[in-house]
Amino acid sequence: MHAYESEFREPLIKGLDKNYTKITDDLVAPTERNSAMWWIATLFFGAGALFFVFCLGWTVWFGIGTWGLNKTIGWAWDITNFVWWIGIGHAGTLISAILLLFRQRYRTGINRAAEAMTIFAVICAGMFPVFHMGRVWDAPFIFPLPNTRGPLWVNFNSPLLWDVFAISTYFSVSILFWYSGLMPDFGTIRDRSKGKFRKWFYNMMSFGWMGTAKHWQRFESLSLILAGLATPLVLSVHTIVSFDFATSVIPGWHTTIFPPYFVAGAIFSGFAMVETLMLIVRKLFNLEDYITVNHIESMNKIIVLTGSIVGIAYLTELFIAWYSGYLYEQFAFYNRILGKYYWAYIWMMSCNVITPQFYWFKPIRRNLYATFLLSIFVNIGMWFERFVIIVTSLADDYLPSSWAYFSPTWVDIGIYLGSISLFLFLFLIFCRIFPVIAIAEVKAIFRTSSEVAKTERAKAANSATAATGGFVGLQHVGPLDKDSKN
Amino acid sequence: MEEPNKVVIGLWDHEDTYLHAIGHIRAKGIEIYESLTPFPVHGLENALGYRDSRLHTAGFMFGATGTTVALSFMTWVMTTSYPIDFGGKPYFPLPSFIPISFELTVLFAAWGITLTYLVRNRLWPGRVPRIYDVRTTDDRFALVFDSDKLSAAEINSIKELCKQEHAVEVKEKDFTGIEG
Repeated sequence: MHAYESEFREPLIKGLDKNYTKITDDLVAPTERNSAMWWIATLFFGAGALFFVFCLGWTVWFGIGTWGLNKTIGWAWDITNFVWWIGIGHAGTLISAILLLFRQRYRTGINRAAEAMTIFAVICAGMFPVFHMGRVWDAPFIFPLPNTRGPLWVNFNSPLLWDVFAISTYFSVSILFWYSGLMPDFGTIRDRSKGKFRKWFYNMMSFGWMGTAKHWQRFESLSLILAGLATPLVLSVHTIVSFDFATSVIPGWHTTIFPPYFVAGAIFSGFAMVETLMLIVRKLFNLEDYITVNHIESMNKIIVLTGSIVGIAYLTELFIAWYSGYLYEQFAFYNRILGKYYWAYIWMMSCNVITPQFYWFKPIRRNLYATFLLSIFVNIGMWFERFVIIVTSLADDYLPSSWAYFSPTWVDIGIYLGSISLFLFLFLIFCRIFPVIAIAEVKAIFRTSSEVAKTERAKAANSATAATGGFVGLQHVGPLDKDSKN
Repeated sequence: MEEPNKVVIGLWDHEDTYLHAIGHIRAKGIEIYESLTPFPVHGLENALGYRDSRLHTAGFMFGATGTTVALSFMTWVMTTSYPIDFGGKPYFPLPSFIPISFELTVLFAAWGITLTYLVRNRLWPGRVPRIYDVRTTDDRFALVFDSDKLSAAEINSIKELCKQEHAVEVKEKDFTGIEG
């Protein structure tokens, strides 16, 4: 009846007191409690989000000149932040779509929050190119809209335009994926709500969910198709982001390995951000039984894989720059390592290439403090990766007389820190109103992967083998068969 | 579809006994009006004898529409509406069209099937659903039988059957005059 799972596998739902009602209680609890900590954090990051709005207003009012950009370096923190946020936004769809197709059950504990994180990260990402335009009120014309200038259309040859389509598609499909999964869980919250307003609110949010067999049948069909669509989508988005650079003729950007390298980097940073947030969430909301050390270890394995891919990509770039025999390419990479931005290169290499290698060791993979620390290092490293690629390649261009150095102004810093505040502010609101863990999906793996189910099966197997002798898990039970060759 | 006023509701607490019960009840020729579960139970649609969902076919159609719209619009813009010479490049650069065609395929397919899903399931914000039992979104698996046209004896036999099949609770409910 249930999918087979090896008894050796660690349970994904811990605790022997679990049953369906207990799961509902535990997972809905964060939306039913009022906590002072939550209010303090939300107000704090809300203020930060307001500062973000203020800095953007400042930029629009006084112009892009308030940023640290100069004639040589026309792209700096804004595009760095954009690519950084988009990368972070990759883990959500990866967890929900690719892990769904690969039937990885551990996704059920983390997919909801990771998808929310994706959406908020893409919101933050989108702000940077839009405000870098300067005249934000013309932003709608990045889409091919009919106009009175011809109509003069957008250039379909431009990777920047492909990016517009990729990111807006990614954003809207992520929302569909996230929300279609949320509807049943809102139904669950509605049916246990006491207050009239609360009942009305969650019924609105659930679209009147009932959970009939037909609903669920179509729901499963929908999730599978969306997963099938989102999997190539998520790979395409960062591929197209990398085209922004790879199709140019700037040394250090004009690199054919950019697409896979960017995608691996995006997954790498996205998982790190999921870990940073989930380690806090599981502690604050007492969700340790649902987001177990096993979940964290699985994510760390993906981090060591993608981190190593990124490391190999860095080395390949260096090798190809030398092997190309092309002076400008060689100079770009020499300058990256030993030039005026050598410190950024050191940050990038040590955070992205060295830190994930610690995860080859199981005790470190399963250590929550180490994971938290390393996940923050990964995020710092991935920010510096984008900074190194973008700024060092531009700073020392073909004409030595125009070589320049980029220093951020308070507006640059304010927008960056403000976007982090906005992200955390939205995430906090999400934690308070929405179920942070997919309730229905966790229940669906309860009979396969929970500690309760595994214990029950072990007991059943125990009594069956007690008479004849045999193994239950690693434990031998009953009389030993001495003649057996095993 | 008009919802029945009077119903018999059987509630189970384990998906295995629930699926067995559905098999036995259907074998007796009793019609199940509705089946409600807190999460997708594997094999439920087979046990109930439902047809496969045709959402994927719809998804393919929407996706194909997206590809067609993207390719034909870009071709029209670049060759007919406002042809521009970008440094001597061709007016019909097919490779440049691929990324956007792909994105619009995904966009159309995803929105198309999600809207189809909502329409087919009759889900919209503000819809007031009929709640047969509040625990069907928590920990109970329910079978609902339409008892509008059933005699007292037939109702009793359904209730007996449910109890034999290990239902933890069996009850009658009358929704006459209740909205939803």
